[in-house]
Amino acid sequence: MGYTIAEKILLNHCDADHVEPGQVVMVRCEVVLANDVTGPLAFRQMEKMGTSEVFDRSKIVMVADHFAPAKDERSAILIKRLKEWSLEHGVAFYDQGRGGIEHNLIIQEGWVVPGSVIVGGDSHTCTHGALGAFSSGLGSTDIAYSLIFGEFWEAVPGTIQITVSGEKGRFVTGKDVILAVISQIGAGGGTDNVLEFVGPGTKSLSIDERLAISNLAIEAGSETGIFPADETTAAYLDGRTETKWEAVHSDPDASYSRQLKVDFDRLEPLVAKPHNPENVVPVSEVAGMPIHQVVVGNCANGTLTDLRQAAQMVQGKRVHERTRMIVVPATQKIYREAIEEGLVDTLVEAGASISTPTCGPCFGGHTGALAPGENSITTTNRNFKGRAGSPDACVYLANAFVAAAAAVAGEIVDPAGVIS
Amino acid sequence: MIASGKAVLVPGTNIDTDVLYPGIYLNIDDPELMKPYLFEGLDPSLRDQLSGDTVLVVGENFGMGSSREHVPLAMKAWGVRCVIGSSFARIFYRNCINLALPAITCPQAAQAAEPGSQIAVDAATGKVVVDGQEFSALPVPPFMLEMLDRGGLISWAQYKLSQPRS
Ligand code: SF4
Repeated sequence: MGYTIAEKILLNHCDADHVEPGQVVMVRCEVVLANDVTGPLAFRQMEKMGTSEVFDRSKIVMVADHFAPAKDERSAILIKRLKEWSLEHGVAFYDQGRGGIEHNLIIQEGWVVPGSVIVGGDSHTCTHGALGAFSSGLGSTDIAYSLIFGEFWEAVPGTIQITVSGEKGRFVTGKDVILAVISQIGAGGGTDNVLEFVGPGTKSLSIDERLAISNLAIEAGSETGIFPADETTAAYLDGRTETKWEAVHSDPDASYSRQLKVDFDRLEPLVAKPHNPENVVPVSEVAGMPIHQVVVGNCANGTLTDLRQAAQMVQGKRVHERTRMIVVPATQKIYREAIEEGLVDTLVEAGASISTPTCGPCFGGHTGALAPGENSITTTNRNFKGRAGSPDACVYLANAFVAAAAAVAGEIVDPAGVIS
Repeated sequence: MIASGKAVLVPGTNIDTDVLYPGIYLNIDDPELMKPYLFEGLDPSLRDQLSGDTVLVVGENFGMGSSREHVPLAMKAWGVRCVIGSSFARIFYRNCINLALPAITCPQAAQAAEPGSQIAVDAATGKVVVDGQEFSALPVPPFMLEMLDRGGLISWAQYKLSQPRS
């Protein structure tokens, strides 16, 4: 019996000579990642474990993104702690103004290569599967352990294979692929499994779009969402990293816990209604819903591709008077590129506010919380009750075309009605 | 590992980590200071039912979402001894095991429990007793059992650090 890509990568990173779903193995990792929320908590746990020594300082990355820029004293203390610890241990540290949202940042900076194992103190560490890596979101105690030993315990997951086919429609993006998957299997349907994306339709997906797909794997309960590396991956990594890598693919006789299909030819822009990402409907079904805030940003859809889509939508138009539009480039580099391309100008002219790269409005942390009774449509990944401020606010999830179209219309609309 | 206590029911399926511990309080890193915000987005009155020996009874896909360990840390700080549920989200489950807080999958027991029920759990055998009625839970895999018995990942790391390096 053959192995899936996830099983192969795990096999390459542990001492077992065979792996199968459910088996527990210790897995070595190439990158250990944490942020201003999970990092300081991990350092506390490390102290309790009885050491401050790390396994390999060249494999550790700390990013200030959740509460950066600090919203209050308590947040400032966490960021200070993260920075001081990083300097003291000689590990990579990205401060505000030099980094961005951790997942987009470390991919952009060449930390992630196909076939590698990434662990992060953040559930959206699953994003790194977009480059063909095995990536796992962990809590702070796990991260403490990984910082010391360079490994983590892992119950080998099963694999759900998703075959993507067909031609993408005008306003359909990677976000719609993953929303379609989540609606098919449900918020817990991918638990103890990874998602693996294959098929001719994956060829039309850029790395930016794959990021969104892998990123929301956790919204189906999955550990990660893997795209086996192809020419798109190789082109993206060219000049970005010196690390040697080899593409890993599933064996033809690998066994899957489930196989699904997503056909672009039958896919339209989708929206996940409050308060669970599995509540997915076509945009037409929620058209007319008044919108008070639009957020284009976060680790799923704050890429240059998303900013381009949003700018295209609002070009020469005004954000509706009922609506606020917040745009958060995921990294400092994306921010600069958006300035160079004139996207920032287009967005600001339309009435959008542009934020420095941060997690802020995505998790209700700061800058962009919602009042009771307000509706927001965002390109983020979670619409849980209270996720973005008041528990009596409603968050709808969509791609950047749909979100930006709602900013212009002041209500949810089919983007085709805003530009043709 | 054997755990027992009085049942506190957390109703609903797909209870996410944001309602269990809202993001705005993530800038706290001391478990004692996390206590006042547990269940904040779900039902703050649940906190009034917590005592030094509580068994939380939860539904399907409990703890979905974030990796925030604030949720099980705050539970432990409140004296939660065990969580019994129909099913658990992956990161929440492993966070519990790492903190030596048994997370036991037993839908039947979760159904049978009422507020205040006396519950005892033997993680090794999977025997769950709710007010004298016996149920069998999904067995806890040997690795996780060992983790629970050793007192979680912190003790595990202490032990590993005390061994001569190979
Ligand atoms: S942008 Fe949102 S989902 Fe992504 S890492 Fe930050 S808080 Fe988490």
